[in-house]
Amino acid sequence: MPTVIFRSPDGTERKVTAESGTVLMQAAVANGVEGIVAECGGNASCATCHVYVAEDRSELVGPPGDVEDEMLDFTAAERRPTSRLSCQIQLSDALDGLVVHVPEEQV
Amino acid sequence: MTSPAGVVVVGGGQAGFSVVSTLRASGYDGPVTVFAAEPHLPYQRPPLSKKAHTEPDGLRVELVPESFYGERDIDLRLGDDVIALDTAARTVLTRAGTRLSYDHLVLATGADNRRLPSPGAELSGVHALRSLDDALTIGRALETARDVVVVGGGFIGLELSRVALARCARVTVVELADRLLSRAVSPELEPRLRERHERAGVRVLTGAAVQALEGAGRVERVVTSQGVLPADLVVYGIGAVPRDELAREAGLEVADGVVVDEQLRSVTDPRVSAVGDCARHPHPHTEGLVRLESVQNAIDQGALVGRRIAGSPAVYESLPWFWSDQGDVKLQIAGLRSPSDEVLLVTGESPERLAAYAFRADRLVAVETLNWPAEHLAARRLLEGKAPVSAADLAGTTLGALARARRTAEVRA
Repeated sequence: MPTVIFRSPDGTERKVTAESGTVLMQAAVANGVEGIVAECGGNASCATCHVYVAEDRSELVGPPGDVEDEMLDFTAAERRPTSRLSCQIQLSDALDGLVVHVPEEQV
Repeated sequence: MTSPAGVVVVGGGQAGFSVVSTLRASGYDGPVTVFAAEPHLPYQRPPLSKKAHTEPDGLRVELVPESFYGERDIDLRLGDDVIALDTAARTVLTRAGTRLSYDHLVLATGADNRRLPSPGAELSGVHALRSLDDALTIGRALETARDVVVVGGGFIGLELSRVALARCARVTVVELADRLLSRAVSPELEPRLRERHERAGVRVLTGAAVQALEGAGRVERVVTSQGVLPADLVVYGIGAVPRDELAREAGLEVADGVVVDEQLRSVTDPRVSAVGDCARHPHPHTEGLVRLESVQNAIDQGALVGRRIAGSPAVYESLPWFWSDQGDVKLQIAGLRSPSDEVLLVTGESPERLAAYAFRADRLVAVETLNWPAEHLAARRLLEGKAPVSAADLAGTTLGALARARRTAEVRA
């Protein structure tokens, strides 16, 4: 049961626990994390669950897939090297303690 | 000073949820009550027709957990519906007998399925899909169905046809119009979409009228103008009608939806707003009034009304967009096309990727894409932007490339 921390642009943090095998976007939505809109419900259709993975874990989380990579060029908030769509990040125990930053805007 | 009566929201779908979550996120601290007729926590509808039937945990579709409402002091009344509205007294009466006052009332009542008018529509084995309970029923029926007839070649029908096909049934789509998705998708793109469904194994009949459903208690066949189809399961999706009767009975102006102004207030009574599928509203991208059935519209309209009530009014002008996952076909639409627009078809690097650009007076107004989400997102960025896109801008390039180039130019400027 990894724990993940969502950090808002104003600095507030939200710690949520999720089951291994679920995706990060689901963990955010299931816990009412503000700033993760997920309009399409996790189908890589809308890019409204954009997050910035904290630098120290970015390598462990891995790079975006091909379609996700293209979509990240058009997120509402600026793309950064650690940008990912949270619906495409599968959680595992190895990611326990992961910190992700929620961008200023999603739509 | 009297305490505020607060905000009452009628409807616990995506739009109603958007109103109340935005109210609290925007600092509104008066009473907030939501009446949700269904017994379930507010949930996402899109997965119901797309994938819920194929995934064991696919029906975990709640928008947020129950604790969300308590933590934000949102009074969520599940299983109760507003049955009467008195705009003079500013009260609502619910089915359970509650009478409640409001300062602002938000109608987020959604839409009902248009009923199948054919004889035999009441037979067992004939279903429409709107609610979570409908999805569960259809999902169970698909466990044993052999011959599935889908009536209606719109978003819901095509999504369901591919869900059914994935479960080894024989599937026929019967569409009255001479093409699939006749209102949503341009005639130039439609043959390419149809080809993909047929290649996957869906039989498609267009220009075909359903004349009757027949069987002894349970549906056994569908009689169409193009022949008789065996069927042990019929699902239909032939459009929706807005749930606007509460507004009509209360004397508010209604015309296939509750008529609202550019801030989504009833044109009859500014203390009442309507959002989502049930609202008919002005929009800068189209002439006259429009009613949009989409998740984007529900979320954005709910948020706009939530922010307005919390003290930040704005005009509704969000770019409309739509998506539909139909098996291996991902259809996405940005903007509102009209039948007279000029359409240019463009193929991406892979032949699976296709875009239809619609121009009005040489200005890009809408983009339909198949299996090309990046191009869809680029279209949204460009259509939301101030700078127009002309056909010449797109000669030999894609929206993706153009959007990247413009973004780079903006950063340099």
